[in-house]
Amino acid sequence: MITLALYIWLLPLLAFVIQIFLGKRLPRKGDFISITAIGISYLLSILLFVQMLTNYNPEFYITAAVPWLQVGSFNINMGIYLDNFAIVMLLVVTTVSFWVHIYSIGYMHGDPRYNRFFAYLSLFSFSMLGLVVLDNLFGIFIMWELVGICSYLLIGYYFEKDSAANAGKKAFIVNRVGDFGFLIGLLIVFTTIGSFSLLDVQQGVAQGKLTGGLLTAAGALLFCGAIGKSAQFPLHVWLPDAMEGPTPVSALIHAATMVAAGVYLMARITFMLSFDAMLVVAYTGGFTALFAATIAITQFDIKRVLAYSTISQLGYMIMAIGVGSYTAGFFHLTTHAMFKSGLFLGSGSVIHAMHNAMEKVGVHEDPNDIRLMGGLKNKMPVTYYTFLIFTLAISGIPFFSGFLSKDAILGGTLAFAMSQSNPVHYLLPFFGFTAAIITAFYMFRLVIKTFLGEPQRPDFYKHVHESQKVMTIPLMVLSTLSIFIFYTLPSLNPISAEHGWFEHLIEKPESAVSIQLGHPVLEISEHVAHSAHVNGMLVSIIFALTGIVLAFAFYFWKKVDVEALTGKIKPLYDLSFHKYYFDEIYNATFVRGLLLWNNFLAWFDLKIIDGIVNGSAFITRNFSAFSGLFDLGFIDGIVNGVADITQGIGQRARKIQTGQVQHYILGALAGLVLIMVFVLM
Amino acid sequence: MGLISLVTFIPVFGAIIVLLIPKQNEKAIKIASAVITFIPFVIASYMWGQFNFTLSGVNNEATFQFVEHTKWIQAYNIEYFVGLDGLSFPMFWLTTFICFLAIVASWNINKAVKGYFALFLLLETGMLGVFVSLDFFLFYIFWEVMLLPMYFLIGIWGGPRREYAAIKFFLYTLLGSVLMLIVMLALYFNVKDPITGGHTFNMLYMMDQSNHSAWLKGVDVRLVLYIMLFIGFAIKIPVFPFHTWLPDAHVEAPTAISVILAGILLKMGTYGIFRISYPIFPDVAVKTSYMLAILGVINILYGAFVAMAQKDLKKLVAYSSVSHMGFVLLGMSTFTDAGMNGAMFQMVSHGMITAMLFLLVGVIYDRAHHREIEGFGGLAISMPIYAGVASVAFFAAMGLPGMTGFIAEAMVFIGSFSVYRTLTVIAALGIVITASYVLWTVQRVFLGKLNPKYATIPEINGRELFTLVPLGALVILFGIYPMPILNLMRTSMTHLTELIKMVP
Repeated sequence: MITLALYIWLLPLLAFVIQIFLGKRLPRKGDFISITAIGISYLLSILLFVQMLTNYNPEFYITAAVPWLQVGSFNINMGIYLDNFAIVMLLVVTTVSFWVHIYSIGYMHGDPRYNRFFAYLSLFSFSMLGLVVLDNLFGIFIMWELVGICSYLLIGYYFEKDSAANAGKKAFIVNRVGDFGFLIGLLIVFTTIGSFSLLDVQQGVAQGKLTGGLLTAAGALLFCGAIGKSAQFPLHVWLPDAMEGPTPVSALIHAATMVAAGVYLMARITFMLSFDAMLVVAYTGGFTALFAATIAITQFDIKRVLAYSTISQLGYMIMAIGVGSYTAGFFHLTTHAMFKSGLFLGSGSVIHAMHNAMEKVGVHEDPNDIRLMGGLKNKMPVTYYTFLIFTLAISGIPFFSGFLSKDAILGGTLAFAMSQSNPVHYLLPFFGFTAAIITAFYMFRLVIKTFLGEPQRPDFYKHVHESQKVMTIPLMVLSTLSIFIFYTLPSLNPISAEHGWFEHLIEKPESAVSIQLGHPVLEISEHVAHSAHVNGMLVSIIFALTGIVLAFAFYFWKKVDVEALTGKIKPLYDLSFHKYYFDEIYNATFVRGLLLWNNFLAWFDLKIIDGIVNGSAFITRNFSAFSGLFDLGFIDGIVNGVADITQGIGQRARKIQTGQVQHYILGALAGLVLIMVFVLM
Repeated sequence: MGLISLVTFIPVFGAIIVLLIPKQNEKAIKIASAVITFIPFVIASYMWGQFNFTLSGVNNEATFQFVEHTKWIQAYNIEYFVGLDGLSFPMFWLTTFICFLAIVASWNINKAVKGYFALFLLLETGMLGVFVSLDFFLFYIFWEVMLLPMYFLIGIWGGPRREYAAIKFFLYTLLGSVLMLIVMLALYFNVKDPITGGHTFNMLYMMDQSNHSAWLKGVDVRLVLYIMLFIGFAIKIPVFPFHTWLPDAHVEAPTAISVILAGILLKMGTYGIFRISYPIFPDVAVKTSYMLAILGVINILYGAFVAMAQKDLKKLVAYSSVSHMGFVLLGMSTFTDAGMNGAMFQMVSHGMITAMLFLLVGVIYDRAHHREIEGFGGLAISMPIYAGVASVAFFAAMGLPGMTGFIAEAMVFIGSFSVYRTLTVIAALGIVITASYVLWTVQRVFLGKLNPKYATIPEINGRELFTLVPLGALVILFGIYPMPILNLMRTSMTHLTELIKMVP
């Protein structure tokens, strides 16, 4: 199995190396190399998954490591760690990655840097798969940075556009802010436990090598990395801009896999989260879920709506980890990977069609703008119906995958709140349920504005066509993965998330923290959990339907005058439309502050530090001049007599000083050779 | 004549050969120089194969390798004593490697060609000599031998303000040399040769505390000597606030000389601390380590902040060197295995990465004749291969995993966090700042709309790639698997750490 995992991980790397050096010269610019590599990884992941199911063992894990870095007492081993969790994650990553590769054949067709695009996809797949299979936090950090640089390269893929170049840079730097915390967290773990290996860390925490405030700090700092990567508040600002990248990239990296890496990390280290650290995680996630949803409502760029939706859904997952609903969080990661990458690919299909239509008309407007769409259902049926399935899934409608996972999370938050004495914690289910209504609302707003109603721009509409097969097939595949297949068959109970087989597939690892004394422990009784899930489920279905009905009332039946309403709540609308001005605030404070500070230091360096250096040279020079005069008038008078004699000799000696470098060198060389002669004797 | 002497003195004999070639025959001079610098590289690589990783060196002559030890100036007990151990071998090898590449990068020098190459070769001998000397006097001589050619190479073949830069470099370094000279003499008169009972310049004798005179055992005396020696080295590294000669020297120096300056010369300061300051004054080293760590953190952050404000690409790279050398200081102040090895690894890593960066700046300067960052834009469109190679170097400078810079920085952080928690957290802010200035620079030079002035700028040529690709390949190779380099140094580093920790 380890070998299998190694193949899954390393094949895309091989493809990257071939692509980057030879891609341009290969037939079809070498796209088949990347596709073959990820295809084999995909098949092997399915094989692993089947093996896991046939010999199902909830406690299964396998690990193997080799020494990588050894100096004195400092050692790091690198290895593979596979458990059920990692195997499912491998399948998720390779599934989305493979179908995005296929889709890209159509979407990126004719791009001048086609080979480069596939090379980057391969590098990304390698890094992301490595993040999943590596057995230690240091290795995960390495892969974490590598997916970051792939994201940078792919966001800035159209680097001729300033906005794309800016977005790539912004994404990387904002992520680095989170990684700063991640790094400090790693250092705490290593200096207290002496190893980065997940198993060692788990044991170390259980043995009490890392306890108290430091344990909470370590958990919270590692979480900083996840805040960056999973675009949680307040580091969420990079993800919407990341939509500058080609749409397949948005689907793969910025919806399904890389941004979920933060969730994956938190799930991986969930055993070492103290109760306080879990609260930090839960509240960050919950707040982000609601906060991002309120922005998605007012956006007009189809990809930006989906981007804020992604931030919000990631918030759900993070919140789930925070309230101890580990499995629910990971479940949502899985279902979200399918339906959100589907949504992005669907939006890509629309954008592609709009773009081509605009080319035909000869007008250059924003192909992403949903105000220019409408009625596309008839022209692009496959895109529409798959998009609808994904939307139903994300809205949490029974029979669709998202219902199960979202409901599991909402039930989890409710159970958490019910088990806590502090009523403030009901905020968490409040965040979750409110965000659920809004999600259903803005997603259907998107569907209605894009696909239903009258075409807003008949001139474009005329030229819109359904995308080619290579793009629609991935949509169909992903939509099949977004329906009821996560329910336990054959007993199809559409409204009970507890009966989904996924819930039983992944067991929550025992917390290493709870074994220690002095840490409050999160315990939710069976009874509370059950009643929370039943109530949560009912409420969430009602809320989702409410959101959908509202969306139709607003945008389809036009029962509500949207214009008038926005006018009435203008300040609120503006806040949402301008994303709460976060970019402006960050620019005015951090960016400008940093630049001012840099310029000040550069001035200080040039004028003060270097000024002192030059000043001392100046003083020395003047002092020399003065002593020179003194020398000439007084001392020299005495010496002149002697000097006259010397002068004669000097006149002759001066001839050695020719002013030609070669002669000086010769002199220096002669000296060295003399030294050498001494030496060799 | 042993292998070390062979490697060290081949360049200077080569310089004589170069001087004998008629000066009109520039091609021959260049080819001869390339061949002459290639031979030491081949021998040094062979020595790598022969190098025994388990011998510690540092203060024990028996565990040094390739030792040559003969009397030289008997009257003063000065010896020709050279040898290699884990502290010196990585830099020794790197010097031969970078010098060869730098000669190839000097191909388009066309002013006083003969003088340039002869001085360059003389410089190489000086640098190699510094790394192999185990006699303080010999060390000092090589240290000075290095200075003069550098002065002329900047002062004659440099840019418009070359004379100012050269004199500044010269005087500044000379000040350091004088301090070192005083310490050397103080040691000479206060360290007893255990065999003859006379004075000695033998560094290994100086490291044995029982050879120290009563005066030299005085706490204040040791502190003062240590600080004087430190300033001497600090100027070379350069440590804030002694760093202002560096940007000037870099901006004015021709490309290949910048490569040497940043790639090798700066490391002599930290090498000197490892080789001389630490083993001779371990007690003071322990006492002042916190100050050293603070200086390291200042270097890391100050260098990064000031780099970000630069408008000249070469100056930016120069300040990034200040920042990256801070990691060496921070790592070496920890006396932990991770930190010490990390510091040494950073010396090698930065030597390669910064060499790449200066070579890359040279490539663009040769074509555009300016280095204003804002004056470029979109070069990735007209020079895709150049942009690709440059990304490798810039990402490496940013500490991206998979390249050597990351390994070094991570090791330094791991080492220093166990000793200086708060300082490390402050220093780690540097990773954000570094990413900011690197990516901002990449964007302004390579991304965005193509500046129409450079639409037809010629792509990087084969010779330039020849200098860059080997460095890039090693940066990636040793970034993925760093053990080949770490194996060279780890035994010596552990031994040195133990030596320092043994001090009461």
